[in-house]
Amino acid sequence: MSTGVTEKTQTTIGGIRRKFAPWNDPAAVPLIRYENVSKRFGEFTAVDNLSLDIYEREFFALLGPSGCGKTTLMRMLAGFEDPTEGRITLAGQDLVGMPPYKRQTNMMFQSYALFPHMNVMDNIAFGLKQDGMEKGAIAARVEEMLKLVKLEKFAKRKPHQLSGGQRQRVALARSLAKRPKVLLLDEPLGALDKKLREETQFELMDIQMQLGMTFLIVTHDQEEAMTVADRIAVMDHGKLIQVAPPAVIYEHPNCRYVADFVGDVNILEAKVETVEPGNVALYTGIGGGAKLSIAQNVEAKPGDTAFVAIRPEKVRIDIDPPAWQEANCLRGEVWDIGYLGDLSIYHVELEGGVRIKAAKPNLTRMVERPITWEDKVWVSWTPDAGVVLTR
Amino acid sequence: MAAKAKGRWLVLAVPYLWLLVLFLVPFLIVFKISLSQDAIAQPPYEPVFDLAAGWEAFTDAFSQLNFDNYAYVLSWDNEFIEAYGSSLWIAGISTLLLLAVGYPIAYGMARAPKSIRPTLLMLVILPFWTSFLIRVYAWIGILSPEGLLNQLLIALGIINPDAPLQILATDTAVYIGIVYSYLPFMILPLYSALEKMDETLLEAAADLGCPPFAAFWKITWPLSLPGVFAGCLLCFIPAVGEFVIPDLLGGSDTMMIGKVLWTEFSVNRSWTVSAAVAVLLLLVLVIPIVFYQNVQAKEMEGR
Repeated sequence: MSTGVTEKTQTTIGGIRRKFAPWNDPAAVPLIRYENVSKRFGEFTAVDNLSLDIYEREFFALLGPSGCGKTTLMRMLAGFEDPTEGRITLAGQDLVGMPPYKRQTNMMFQSYALFPHMNVMDNIAFGLKQDGMEKGAIAARVEEMLKLVKLEKFAKRKPHQLSGGQRQRVALARSLAKRPKVLLLDEPLGALDKKLREETQFELMDIQMQLGMTFLIVTHDQEEAMTVADRIAVMDHGKLIQVAPPAVIYEHPNCRYVADFVGDVNILEAKVETVEPGNVALYTGIGGGAKLSIAQNVEAKPGDTAFVAIRPEKVRIDIDPPAWQEANCLRGEVWDIGYLGDLSIYHVELEGGVRIKAAKPNLTRMVERPITWEDKVWVSWTPDAGVVLTR
Repeated sequence: MAAKAKGRWLVLAVPYLWLLVLFLVPFLIVFKISLSQDAIAQPPYEPVFDLAAGWEAFTDAFSQLNFDNYAYVLSWDNEFIEAYGSSLWIAGISTLLLLAVGYPIAYGMARAPKSIRPTLLMLVILPFWTSFLIRVYAWIGILSPEGLLNQLLIALGIINPDAPLQILATDTAVYIGIVYSYLPFMILPLYSALEKMDETLLEAAADLGCPPFAAFWKITWPLSLPGVFAGCLLCFIPAVGEFVIPDLLGGSDTMMIGKVLWTEFSVNRSWTVSAAVAVLLLLVLVIPIVFYQNVQAKEMEGR
């Protein structure tokens, strides 16, 4: 993951690579609008006065822990739940009160929900038959969908004769067959093993590009959201905490919750000393008492408590004090080492008791690493590596 | 290993022995009686196999067996064929009525909140706590001309007190009796089929543009078919041979094979003809039983 703010997806239109970011375009009209939507189940508030715009051709991810309201938010778009308050529109059409079978959304269910008494072909054709599509057209569309998910040879099989990965593809083909305005994916890859999941993530992105459709995915897997999505909405307790492209979510989280939920992070408490445009100086008592400097605009005043969040891969670890900088150097002792093959994660206990993680790529085939348990070390980072959070 | 194999053999032997002693042997005895002739004797038929009399007597007795009773039962001059037909008809109509009544009940139970399902199940089974015979007698009290139903309708002014409904001693009363008595056997297999159905399938159908009523016929109904077959056969098979209900609730013109068999056995005292009636009844029922087993085997395959 590189530093800086970049959009992940670039689409090729008319041979010109351009950044896909309609959310930054004030003239763009959103395809899906949630306007002050709340959903309560008895005492429990699943979605709390939430507003969100999703644009056409976007691959949008709802990310959060279980019970955060992400599934409810999606089910309200499909029509399985009606909001207690607020309005949901799809392409300008008010959806509230419209039954699911009249909506131009299709969903890929977490359990796949394939009809067990129908073969693959009939499953895919089910929605098309509902629309009263003409027979030849149905056959052609089914053929096309089977090809898209590479299941041509399995058309006559029943769901129980397929593997988990194949069933997942049938479910995808079935939900795509009607060319919905929005495809809803509810934890679509949850039941697959890791390798297959990663492959399928890229396939999903390919298919989304090919068909030029809008995808809304619900997931609790932050890696999955980061991989596939143009934008991610991080949710907690029925509210949106941050809505931004993956790189922004990762590099510029707007609060400790997001920093902690997406990826691995070290969070240090510090006192603000001076605030200048483009730079904040802070002081922390730990690590032998250290000045911290972060290249960032922050709304804070001297004396405030703030939090410095720093990703492990951006933390350097050295035996000797790094001479090249004054700030962001803390002293400690190696407390534990996690060897992952590609990376080694050093857990360093700073003076003052706080532990910080530093990830170091293993660039050479060295079995004995120079830094080992109980070594006195320095951890450091550059001013543009950390981020200051005030909440 | 040997001890394990022996243990398995023992476990398997028990059900086979049970079937052999309590089903196959009695059937062979009945079948043998059906091939014998009536006689004024003890037992009231001949020949009687007596192994003590020697091999010659045995083969002699064997040669006396014939199918005359079957010819008698299957002859159009007698009322047996009519009784078979009427039994199949009454059982068939009753089964359809049972399905029509039982399906909505089972559906309602399967879609009820999980916490109250055991209670509902209990309520369905509850009638079994009272003797079957007493429950059928109770229907006489309800359906008779001066019974509860007529009293209620007269009190409500719906019917004329001088012309009470004649339900008792008609085929209608038999249908009511069968539907009432067999309802749990219809509901339970339907409930078990409907209950294990994944409700997200209906959400998926709705999501793909299928309104609820169409979704019922395209998803719920086909997936409940194993339960439908099981329920129908569980009701149809015993209903064909039903004796108590037509005897107590039906009229003198209600012809059911169970009643005919009973008359043949205890009034006409013809063991041999009643045995032939019973064997033929079994043959009639073997067809749906084989059909049922096929359906079950197919369903197991689908797992």
